[in-house]
Amino acid sequence: MSVDSFRVEGVSKTFATSAAAIRVLDGVSFSVNAATWTTLVGPSGCGKTTLLKIIAGLDTPDAGHVAIDSGIKSWATAYLPQDDTLLPWRTALQNAVLASEIDRRPPADAQREAVELFEHFGLSGFESSYPHQLSGGMRQRLALIRAFLAHRNILLLDEPLGALDPLTRATLQDWLIGVWSALKKTVLLVTHDTEEALLLSDRVLVLTERPARVQLDQAVDLARPRDRSSQALASRKSELLGLLMAGKEGP
Amino acid sequence: MSRRWTRWLAPVVLLLVLLAIWEIVARGLHVPDFILPAPSQIAVSFVEHFAELAWHGGVTLLEMALGLSIGTLGGIALAIAVFYSSLLDKALYPLIIGSQMIPVFAIAPILIVWMGYGLWPKVTVAALISFFPLVVNVSDGLREPSEGAVDLFRSMGATRMQIFRKLRWPACLPTLFSGLRVSTTLAVVGATIGEWVGAHQGLGYLMLQSNARLRMSLVFAAIVMLSLLGLLLFGAIRIIERRVVHWRPATSHSRGG
Repeated sequence: MSVDSFRVEGVSKTFATSAAAIRVLDGVSFSVNAATWTTLVGPSGCGKTTLLKIIAGLDTPDAGHVAIDSGIKSWATAYLPQDDTLLPWRTALQNAVLASEIDRRPPADAQREAVELFEHFGLSGFESSYPHQLSGGMRQRLALIRAFLAHRNILLLDEPLGALDPLTRATLQDWLIGVWSALKKTVLLVTHDTEEALLLSDRVLVLTERPARVQLDQAVDLARPRDRSSQALASRKSELLGLLMAGKEGP
Repeated sequence: MSRRWTRWLAPVVLLLVLLAIWEIVARGLHVPDFILPAPSQIAVSFVEHFAELAWHGGVTLLEMALGLSIGTLGGIALAIAVFYSSLLDKALYPLIIGSQMIPVFAIAPILIVWMGYGLWPKVTVAALISFFPLVVNVSDGLREPSEGAVDLFRSMGATRMQIFRKLRWPACLPTLFSGLRVSTTLAVVGATIGEWVGAHQGLGYLMLQSNARLRMSLVFAAIVMLSLLGLLLFGAIRIIERRVVHWRPATSHSRGG
């Protein structure tokens, strides 16, 4: 399976409201290597989602650009939005194959693939359930299957585990790492959870308060599989938290 | 008692109690039957004149069904046009709202002059009165999908048509059917008004004729027939709704929400 790397170069974005112009991104630059997991952390409201949307080609930057190996943006990335976007009128399987319908790929192929992934993602037997019949963790896994089945090489995940309880969250983190090492995609994850960032990624990017710039770009050189209770991870976590706190002005 | 039984039984029992009170009052106070007939007299009249009621009822049902269909299709088309064209939205939406301030009673006689005494003025009144809830509800329904859902579709490279067919339209169906249920009751009103203003058949016509001759039990029998037909239409819409929006988690007719 081919994978893509991409570069974000000097991306700036300002939103004009009736009251004022709000500068959200201020010359953000970084690059992401193929088949690696990179995580963006930053204070809430700092423009992480805007940045992800720009990389996905859903929004245009005022300055700078995003360069992707394979060229066309919308064909390179699969975007998983923050809010719950499973379609309630479709069964789990129908939700999973949405991208293939939009690409007008043969439905039989897509369904066969989806059934395989359902097994891999522990959702076997729920193919014909509706989203409201699934638990929060299952819904999130289904949304991830849908993103995988878009057949893009780069996955952009906007806080996919943000709304889950801590236990489900921890289970899904372990499971995500398993799936990712098997499928080898390029992943850019947005989160505000520093532990999640350190547990999952090859590299962590820390953004500043709005207007966001890259404050820290650091490789996570902890051996996999990682242990969330290890001393090394805990000390990295406190470093990272310290950095995030220092970026904030005032109490 | 199970909820299913209470749902059916409660309104039936209430109706029977109200009819019993009516019967007792009408008979006890010796109200003449050309003023207020007792329910039993209305029932007798309903059975005696059933053939006549069924014939006129058929005419009215056809007017309601045609008017509702045209009003529905027109309402949906208008809502979609207004949703996709900001120019139409600005130009048309205030006019649509304004048009609802004109009572249909005022338009019905004009339509009779234009279209004659036949079927079409009644169909037109029923369509005019039933399209508005659909315009409002479909407009709201098309705006139902979140920004995230639209972004998801766009990130998959979906065209505007695909976003409409696979996202906005299915998302809009529950509110569309809420509007359709309101429109159904309005179509009954519309067809009856159309017949009052000028007709030679239909339940509205039968009511006016019987009213003029003080055959009050037949007037009431016609009202009973009219509400039965309205319920029939409403029931048909509900059945279609349950089939189309079968994926809805809770029953839409539950208390509170």
